[in-house]
Amino acid sequence: MTTRPFGEAVQRREDPRLLTGRGRYLDDLGSGALAAAFVRSPHAHAVVRDIDVADALDVDGLVAVYTWEDLPERLARPLPLLIPHPALTHGRTALPLARDRVRHVGEPVVMVVARDRYLAEDACALIRVDYDPLPAVVGLEEAARGERLVHDDVPGNVGAHLVQSVPSADGREAGEAIAAAPHRLEFRLDIERSASMPLEGRGVYARWDADDASLRVYSSTQTSTSVRMALAATLGLPLPKVEVIAPDVGGGFGVKIMHPWPEEVLVPWAAMLLGREVKWTEDRREHFTSSAHERAQAHSVRVGFDDDGRVLGLDVTILHDHGAYTPYGIIVPIITSTQLPGPYRLGAYRVAFSSVYTTTVQVTPYRGAGRPQAVFCMERTMDRIAAHLGLDRTAVRAANLIQPEEFPYDQGLTFQDGRPLVYDSGDYPESLRLLKELIGWDSFAAEKERAAAGGRRLGIGIGCYVEGTGVGPYEGGHVQITSDGRVHVSTGLTSQGQGHETVFAQIAATELGVPLERVSVVTGDTRRFGYAVGTFASRAAVMSGNAIALACRKVREKALRIAAEALEADPRDLEITDGLVHVAGVPGASVPLATVAVLANPLRYAFDDEAARATQFAGASPPDRPPVAEGEEPGLEGRGYYSPIRSTFASGMHAAIVETDPLTAEIRILRYAVVHDCGNLVNPMIVEGQIHGGVAQGVGGALYERMVYDGHGQLLNASFMDFLMPYATEVPHVETAHLQTPSPLNPLGIKGAGEAGVIPVSAVIASAVEDAEGIPVMKMPISPSELFDLRRAAGGPQAS
Amino acid sequence: MGEAAHEIALTVNGVLRRTRVPGRRLLSDCLRHDLGLTGTHVGCEHGVCGCCTVLLDGEPVRSCLMFAVTADGHEITTVEGLADGARMSPVQRAFAECHGLQCGFCTPGFLCTVTALLRENPAPSGEEVLEGLSGNLCRCTGYQNIVRAVHRAAEIMAEERAEEA
Repeated sequence: MTTRPFGEAVQRREDPRLLTGRGRYLDDLGSGALAAAFVRSPHAHAVVRDIDVADALDVDGLVAVYTWEDLPERLARPLPLLIPHPALTHGRTALPLARDRVRHVGEPVVMVVARDRYLAEDACALIRVDYDPLPAVVGLEEAARGERLVHDDVPGNVGAHLVQSVPSADGREAGEAIAAAPHRLEFRLDIERSASMPLEGRGVYARWDADDASLRVYSSTQTSTSVRMALAATLGLPLPKVEVIAPDVGGGFGVKIMHPWPEEVLVPWAAMLLGREVKWTEDRREHFTSSAHERAQAHSVRVGFDDDGRVLGLDVTILHDHGAYTPYGIIVPIITSTQLPGPYRLGAYRVAFSSVYTTTVQVTPYRGAGRPQAVFCMERTMDRIAAHLGLDRTAVRAANLIQPEEFPYDQGLTFQDGRPLVYDSGDYPESLRLLKELIGWDSFAAEKERAAAGGRRLGIGIGCYVEGTGVGPYEGGHVQITSDGRVHVSTGLTSQGQGHETVFAQIAATELGVPLERVSVVTGDTRRFGYAVGTFASRAAVMSGNAIALACRKVREKALRIAAEALEADPRDLEITDGLVHVAGVPGASVPLATVAVLANPLRYAFDDEAARATQFAGASPPDRPPVAEGEEPGLEGRGYYSPIRSTFASGMHAAIVETDPLTAEIRILRYAVVHDCGNLVNPMIVEGQIHGGVAQGVGGALYERMVYDGHGQLLNASFMDFLMPYATEVPHVETAHLQTPSPLNPLGIKGAGEAGVIPVSAVIASAVEDAEGIPVMKMPISPSELFDLRRAAGGPQAS
Repeated sequence: MGEAAHEIALTVNGVLRRTRVPGRRLLSDCLRHDLGLTGTHVGCEHGVCGCCTVLLDGEPVRSCLMFAVTADGHEITTVEGLADGARMSPVQRAFAECHGLQCGFCTPGFLCTVTALLRENPAPSGEEVLEGLSGNLCRCTGYQNIVRAVHRAAEIMAEERAEEA
């Protein structure tokens, strides 16, 4: 048993309950609740003429049917636009229930509440909605042409346009730097739509307590505190009368940071109105057509470079498809724009994006959040440069890398938090060296040749990235030591499988010097902690981890002060080991934290033997001083907040070896290597797990997953039969090496790790397939039939 | 009009359970909502993800693809029935030891699948493990630690058999 578990691969504390069926996910709650179901638009774009609910009223067990007309004024308005940005000149959000227009298949039109979900769906099937279909707007090109409008008052379908430009050191703009460069290239790179696709969909369960006039809502969300504030505002309730709890959440990957969803406000509203518990659990088809997607972007690149491949000027124009609405603003293309330079020192850089409306599901961040596109764009550019100059791809990267002595490195851009994009620390050349060693980069040419002699096609690829993690504005933590010696930690952000109960306990146990077993952690419960932002942007460990550490330091200081009095020692001579405060180097002279907690709370009433020691006649408190000193508070507890000046930047490099089948064009990943630097590791086992999972999602995005819309805006593959997520048989074994460059920005020196694994995978696989085939790969994902078509277009040998 | 209900009797985790269900009630819904065994999860409702896998007379089945009435008279094991009292089964312990789960939503399906797999084949090869897992989706772990957990579970079971012998 150690009291310094920070940095150790301790087993997860959430596992015993999750392994024995005792997890509490959203649909496991509220066994007696009424069930909600929704009538959703079957059209991508239509006028809603009439809604006839008459037949549904006969369904046994039906409780209520609601359309837009039934909604009170506060609910009848468009849902919030969560992240306003000056460049988002034409932001539009949906109504909770459609009024007279629907803009994507799956948009909710009618809510039904019934005794159970079967009956609610029976009623939905009997409701007749009369639509007048309008032309769909599908795909970037059609949206950008602006001939058909998604919103009548958004000309050209353009929601936002943003340009950022960083001149070179000698003051030249990108265009000028490119024109003057010895070498120039111009090309286009595309990435398709995908989605977070957690195995648990969304869900919300609401209980209205009429006697107490209070509302409790459980939601499968990545931000319970913000859902709470949104609900109080939307339902017109005082904030203290609303509590929101994220129970065990079955994966998020970004989609559940979006809020409040239509269902998230409608279900609590119905619960209040009906005075009954109401629950809605999203089904898989709903998740495909009614939550959110991401990734679809086209990038037009112009680059100028010197003979060594150094980038002198880079100009990227991005077209981003944000779907039918922009509730989460334009964070995704902002992140692409600003993370595109990656680990490189670019001469001059200009990036412009237009974000356009289509009649498809809205786009909000999915793990990586615009970075996979950015890295695909930058890394494909590096490969194009290498190919053009006939140089090794890693040599071109090495020529452009920011050097360790250049930190802090200012990219001259404004990041997603509205703050300057300044890299805090890193060692990119060492990362590259480690990666080349891990994958065997320099010996691969011989391996490839040997394979070719046996009729096999191998290719190697590489991708490098820098990831801004731990964005603000803040997180907080509360730590309380009770008189039984237990340590109770809470933080407002939520958990979706990242092992927060374990890593936050490791941090607290280390800071306080108590056994890990004595620490318990609660996340995402506004009853315990009301101030938080949420779990996204690889921020939980950085933000809440540091906030909890700071709270622990306050508690520790107080404990030492109280213990010093009890032990008649100087607090500076004290330390805490295994939950005992003792004089350093003097065994025997000690007081348990449990006792310190008793002494910290002067009592009148003795409710147990421990408490008796803190009562007025026990002599614990000198009679010439107030029992609670001025400026002090009773209890052994503290709150800490961590609010960084800006993000901390993790980084990594991946490489893969693939084999492509000369006949079938099947692509198999033979090896996958990752070098990862997220600063100090709290729990290496959990960080590795995050990387494995990220890479698997990246492999899905590179080879299998896409949202297939037809010209009418119908999502053709809205099921797990047709949207192909990788199984164990498709994901390669991931080999990892860690570099630890601590962040100078936070007390624990940590950087985020949640998204890292997914970020460079499309770039890496494209690079490797291109190397195997000798054909440029400019679009991802790539399926065997697409590779086959590329071969044909390149005039190569055709499969028979 | 109320729906006609059918009386069924299932032996779930060794306990005889009687309940009345409409003909269309899925076994997954019956287990979760009628019998209160919410450890079995539903991820896709069309038999692809494997989250709802339970053991029916010892064989892994998708409980979202079966009507509760068709399970009448059969024996079912769910994730709640895998442990031996307070002691987790070797498969459960191996998943914890190898970090074979993150959000835990798909985990009950994997545990049931692997329990059946190792009963059938106590020392599976790498290929056999992949094959055995190839009907269950996990969106968190990338499977690497799940694969490791299966091999580890086989090892633990072999050790325990050796101890008993």
